[in-house]
Amino acid sequence: MKQDTLSMKWKNFIESRKPLIDDWKHTAYLWRKSKLTMIGSFVVLFFIIIAIFAPYIAPYDPIAQDLSQRLQPPSSKHLFGTDQFGRDIFSRVIYGSRIAIWIIILVSIISGGIGTLIGVFAGYFGGIVDEVLMRITDMFLAFPSLVLAMAFAAAMGPSLTNTIIAISLVYWTVYARLARAEALRIKNTEYIEAERAMGASNFRIIFLHVLPMCISPVLVQLTLRMGTIILTAAGLGFLGLGAQPPTPEWGAMVSDGRNYLVDQWWISTFPGIAIAIVVLGFNLLGDGIRDMLDPRLRR
Amino acid sequence: MAVNNDVLVKINSLKKYFPVRSGIFLRAKKYVRAVDNVSFTIKKNETLALVGESGCGKTTIGRTILHLLEPTDGEVIFDNKNLTKISKDELKELRKGMQIVFQNPYTSLHPRKLVKDIVGEPLKIHTDFSSVEILRRVKETLENVGLREEHMYRYPHEFSGGQRQRIAVARAIILRPKFIVLDEPTSALDVSVQARILNLLNKLKEELSLTYLFITHDLAVVDYMADRVAVMYLGKVVEIGKKDDIFKRPAHPYTRVLEAAIPIPDPFFKKERILPKGEVPNPVNPPKGCRFHTRCDYAVDKCKELEPQLEKVDDEHYVACHRWKEI
Repeated sequence: MKQDTLSMKWKNFIESRKPLIDDWKHTAYLWRKSKLTMIGSFVVLFFIIIAIFAPYIAPYDPIAQDLSQRLQPPSSKHLFGTDQFGRDIFSRVIYGSRIAIWIIILVSIISGGIGTLIGVFAGYFGGIVDEVLMRITDMFLAFPSLVLAMAFAAAMGPSLTNTIIAISLVYWTVYARLARAEALRIKNTEYIEAERAMGASNFRIIFLHVLPMCISPVLVQLTLRMGTIILTAAGLGFLGLGAQPPTPEWGAMVSDGRNYLVDQWWISTFPGIAIAIVVLGFNLLGDGIRDMLDPRLRR
Repeated sequence: MAVNNDVLVKINSLKKYFPVRSGIFLRAKKYVRAVDNVSFTIKKNETLALVGESGCGKTTIGRTILHLLEPTDGEVIFDNKNLTKISKDELKELRKGMQIVFQNPYTSLHPRKLVKDIVGEPLKIHTDFSSVEILRRVKETLENVGLREEHMYRYPHEFSGGQRQRIAVARAIILRPKFIVLDEPTSALDVSVQARILNLLNKLKEELSLTYLFITHDLAVVDYMADRVAVMYLGKVVEIGKKDDIFKRPAHPYTRVLEAAIPIPDPFFKKERILPKGEVPNPVNPPKGCRFHTRCDYAVDKCKELEPQLEKVDDEHYVACHRWKEI
């Protein structure tokens, strides 16, 4: 008897979620149809797996120096060669993926969070709140992003944490503008007006009704921007404002090798290729997600 | 103020102006006088129909009564409480007693929420019922508007227009309000579905002893629903009275024009058509004197100078026209 009600409940649950499941099936179908999105997804997946299993994949310690092995060209012993301190570049590239992913996750959460909140508040309240918040956003947007990130990183002192903070402080503006536009549209819809007619408080409306509707465009933009985040982080690393040696950060590794570029090309090239591939993967995935969520392509 | 127990909603010289911003500094130079000095009362358990053409301010009145829009001037008295003078908390309390059903059921329901959450939302805001209790009431209310329990776990886009409007009605009645503003609740629906929604609204009015402000431009619907009718033109009420008075003995020239435009479902019946001249004037710059004089066949010089006030024609029948006795 009890078994019966339980299976009934389960059936009801499945039944009630059917539209959601259908929606996911449709998304999977769109994903399979786009080759570039699939390639992007696999590159990103590969990148994440490498980051997770870095200690098992890397043959050497990424920061252990061995001066007897310095500047070795790529060989079966050192797949990507060694650098001027005899460190294995293959291991360093593998470990570098962990740093890159750490930067991406933190920057996305921080800048996405700040941007969405500011944008939703500006759009929902409008008037003076909107003016103040958006003029601040404009101030940040007035500088080239890399220059501004450099300024922040230089002011706070070079370290990995400060790089993350600096990049977040630069990129939240994009999400703020996006979320504001979305909030402006949503606050004038009748279902929000109905909500106000019921007597719901502003906070209830913002957090339960407006914010959830603003999140999907922000998420798409976040995936599209992940490539840029890696590039900025690598750029800061290259300039010596990012992660400090001996941390195996890709940008810093490219920078390390630039004195040896003519004779020992492998020092800069392999981390450079890693950056290029991962950025490309994220861009393809971001484009694909944007297309998949485009209502004109759905149904 | 004498407490009148018959009256549920009373509006006194209500005004709502929308600024038209222009120029470099976006100063408000002109105003759209959407609602200009309107007064009327709605008695308990009656349906007052507010009719008029597009842009005459009927929807604005509905929203101002519910305090979704702040009135520019004048007062709204609901259940003997002045809405323009009470605190936020009191207003929230009063909102339990008044609700709205919007014109377009395709935009008035949250697209990403399940029906049970949409209909249960007012309970979540105003009560601390357990989720089981909320579900029970949602189910009860859905059955009341002709939907079934299994509809609770679906999204709005899975329903037809008529069913969506039923959901919107369910959301409006779940808190057992006294007063509902129906803002053209049927004009986005098919004719066959319209009749069912109107019947549902009449049934609920009886069962829950509701009071309606029925905003519409469809006079055939007014005939079916209303007890009293207020006719609006360019932000003003030009005539107000019992339904039969308005339809059978219209006093205002504009009401006559509207009345003559009601289609009669009889192909052999030839009706005299009265068409007003010209277009509706711009509400930013309404004509001086009587606002209808630019289009009125009976206009004299007095109409261009002096604005007519509501005069008593009959018991509960008022008209704002200088020449209603002559025409």
